[in-house]
Amino acid sequence: MANQVFSQQFENGLTLLAEPMDWLESAAFTLLIPAGADRDPKQFAGLSNFVCEMAQRGCGSRSSRQFIEDLELLGVDSSGSVSNAFTSYGGSMPAEKLRDALTIYADVARRPHLNDDQFEDAQQVCIQEVRSHDDDLAHKVMTELRRRRYADPYSRVSYGNIEAIERITLTDVQDHFRTFHQPQGAILSVAGKIDWKSLRDHVAELFADWTGTNAPIEETPAQSETYAHIQHESSQTHLGVTYASVPYSNDDYFQSHGAVGVLSGGMSSRLFTEVREKRGLCYSVYASCETVRDRGAVVSYAGTTTERAQETLDVLVEELLRLREGVREEELQRLKARIKSQLIMAQESSNARSSQIAWDWYHLNRVRTLDELSSIIDALTCQSINQYLVDHPPRDFRVVTLGAAKLEIPRGIS
Amino acid sequence: MEFRRQTLDNGLEVIAEISPKAYSTALGFFVNAGSRDETDEISGVSHFLEHMVFKGTPTRSAEDVNRELDEIGSQSNAFTSEEHTVYYARVLPENQSRATDLLSDIMRPSLRDEDFDMEKQVIIEEIAKYEDQPPFGAFEKCMAAHFGDHPLGRSVLGTAETVGALTSQQMRAYFEQRYSPGNIVLVASGNVDFDQLVADAERNCGSWTPFKVSREQARAAEHSGLSVIQKETAAQEYVVQIANGPAADDEDRYPARLMATIIGDDTGSRLFWELIDTGRAEFASISPYEFQGTGIFMTYLACMPEDTAECLEQIRRVFEESQRNGLTEDELLRAKSKICSDLVRHNESPARRLFSVGNNWLQRTAYKTVRETVDSYERVTLDEVNAALAKYPLTVSTIVAVGPSSDIAT
Repeated sequence: MANQVFSQQFENGLTLLAEPMDWLESAAFTLLIPAGADRDPKQFAGLSNFVCEMAQRGCGSRSSRQFIEDLELLGVDSSGSVSNAFTSYGGSMPAEKLRDALTIYADVARRPHLNDDQFEDAQQVCIQEVRSHDDDLAHKVMTELRRRRYADPYSRVSYGNIEAIERITLTDVQDHFRTFHQPQGAILSVAGKIDWKSLRDHVAELFADWTGTNAPIEETPAQSETYAHIQHESSQTHLGVTYASVPYSNDDYFQSHGAVGVLSGGMSSRLFTEVREKRGLCYSVYASCETVRDRGAVVSYAGTTTERAQETLDVLVEELLRLREGVREEELQRLKARIKSQLIMAQESSNARSSQIAWDWYHLNRVRTLDELSSIIDALTCQSINQYLVDHPPRDFRVVTLGAAKLEIPRGIS
Repeated sequence: MEFRRQTLDNGLEVIAEISPKAYSTALGFFVNAGSRDETDEISGVSHFLEHMVFKGTPTRSAEDVNRELDEIGSQSNAFTSEEHTVYYARVLPENQSRATDLLSDIMRPSLRDEDFDMEKQVIIEEIAKYEDQPPFGAFEKCMAAHFGDHPLGRSVLGTAETVGALTSQQMRAYFEQRYSPGNIVLVASGNVDFDQLVADAERNCGSWTPFKVSREQARAAEHSGLSVIQKETAAQEYVVQIANGPAADDEDRYPARLMATIIGDDTGSRLFWELIDTGRAEFASISPYEFQGTGIFMTYLACMPEDTAECLEQIRRVFEESQRNGLTEDELLRAKSKICSDLVRHNESPARRLFSVGNNWLQRTAYKTVRETVDSYERVTLDEVNAALAKYPLTVSTIVAVGPSSDIAT
């Protein structure tokens, strides 16, 4: 797995990353601009998302329609979205079309029209996006759970709320774009069949004279109650449970990742075995490590019919707490086999590598090669994971449920 | 890229698209068994059986199966549709044999009563999960309304009642009607050692006893109409429309797919510019589904309840205008570019090729390289696209709406 990652830092603060994958015919890019929901003024929740929508409605020499039609002609599978930390654009395409696609996206990032004639339609699209989440009950639970885990603005959803979106004016959109869509802290990553030197020169032409700087973020602490219930007459009760953990940038991250990998992710993982296979309590159950900026958590979900919800929550929490007793050698070996397969198979996807190297750079200020990751996984032992679990036992729990009846919080976490 | 096939004496076919440079090997058993092969009494049995296949064999417990799938670092799963049940694993090439042995073994499951009773609870939870999710059963209800007595009208999951009433004897009887080796194909893609695959299949599956299998393939009668199902707790209205489309072996499926892309792709299509770009609807798109003997175009709309009648009217106008005046060369060029670029990118993933190669074989007993499929799209003329639209009018459809509205004035 001898992959090589090139990087170039431009004076304006933009970082270009590239991983050549000569065996592929495709290329993919990811452009992260540090203008996420965390930058939205409180009264304008959803403003970054609104700007992102507007930026894709005409830019440079292209109208809204020409922008989409040109991407179609190039065969670019494109995306634009806002996360907590970033406005991000991405595309995957036949490698020979990368140059033209990046030229178009330089216009999206730097020269969107943000015109009045697109404003009302864009506002309606943003309102539709809020509405689309109203019927997603699992998403609702996990959103409420994050509000109890992370300080504001790190727990925000990007789509805001309808009242705030209706308050936003075209001037707000233009001002927000001018303030936050700038190169400091921006990352452009590319993977696939590429030539580094010509890519670097082309990106320099497109972005080297981009200017602007970023502003600091103010935090408000998370709500501290352990348990919240959302009443809803649904078929299932949806359960979200989280405990504090370490972020991706922490030296111990892979110890935590290893422990959670024993809980969830494989067919023989503990949650799937204990909650679903042995007791038939649910169809969906999982736990995963999550990193938001410089903080981390383990989040877990299960959905189950109301009459079995209490038992499901009890068993789920029991398994999370049982991690304190450590993991076993055969569990670790299976986990390693799974992760090693995933690392090797990642080489089949330019899209996956493009996102991963951008993520690495954001959290680590460098990119881990597949060989380095492989060594980290090889070095994991039961002893190292179990020592980590002794030092950092699952604690500081939060629980959110949504369904027809409130539940009792199991002992040991309240 | 090389294609190879071999048929075992008992009728089990083994096929592979081999790319020696791939990093992974994908393999799967594709079974010609799905909800269209059921009766009302055993509705949901194909999908329930798919779960039970992972519950062990005379030599492996359910825990053994799950443990071994993880030991070989596989990404494995299964799914059931109206016509097929597919069991697959993606592994590193060095684990091809172990994966073949394991998947072969579970294809002759024990179907033990205690596992059956436990897994029934999981299926009932799965049904409850989909009851809480958009589009709240609108797709199944529209299939039922569109197909009427035709077996494709049956839901894949079944209901809590039909699944609750199923017995393990009924499942065994169903297994013995559908899981004949001649009704199953072992498909592989990526970095495949074909000789080893055939040897492993011979050793593991050679003793499976063949029996006769048949399937009803009548073409569905055309239906049309609108029904509204009220769900007060929903925030949005979800509307599914089904119109007739080409069957799996109809040659006009390429122009028909291009037509669906031009009119109803989720970006850049006529519906997109009318409904999505303007923010009038949350979602509006058309997807083609091809079955044996018949096919459909499914138009899916999600919008605010108070806008439903207007959105449906706009969709009808887009369809009528398209049918009256035809589509354009520019639109066809962009649709071809989108579809073909997508095909070429998918070619880099053995896992994705597995489903294309397997599906093509099950539907048509045919193999096509990505290049040949791309050529099939590139050759299509505008006249053929417009002819497909005339043959399969989108305006003649069965419509089911689920959401807060009790009525939709159209």
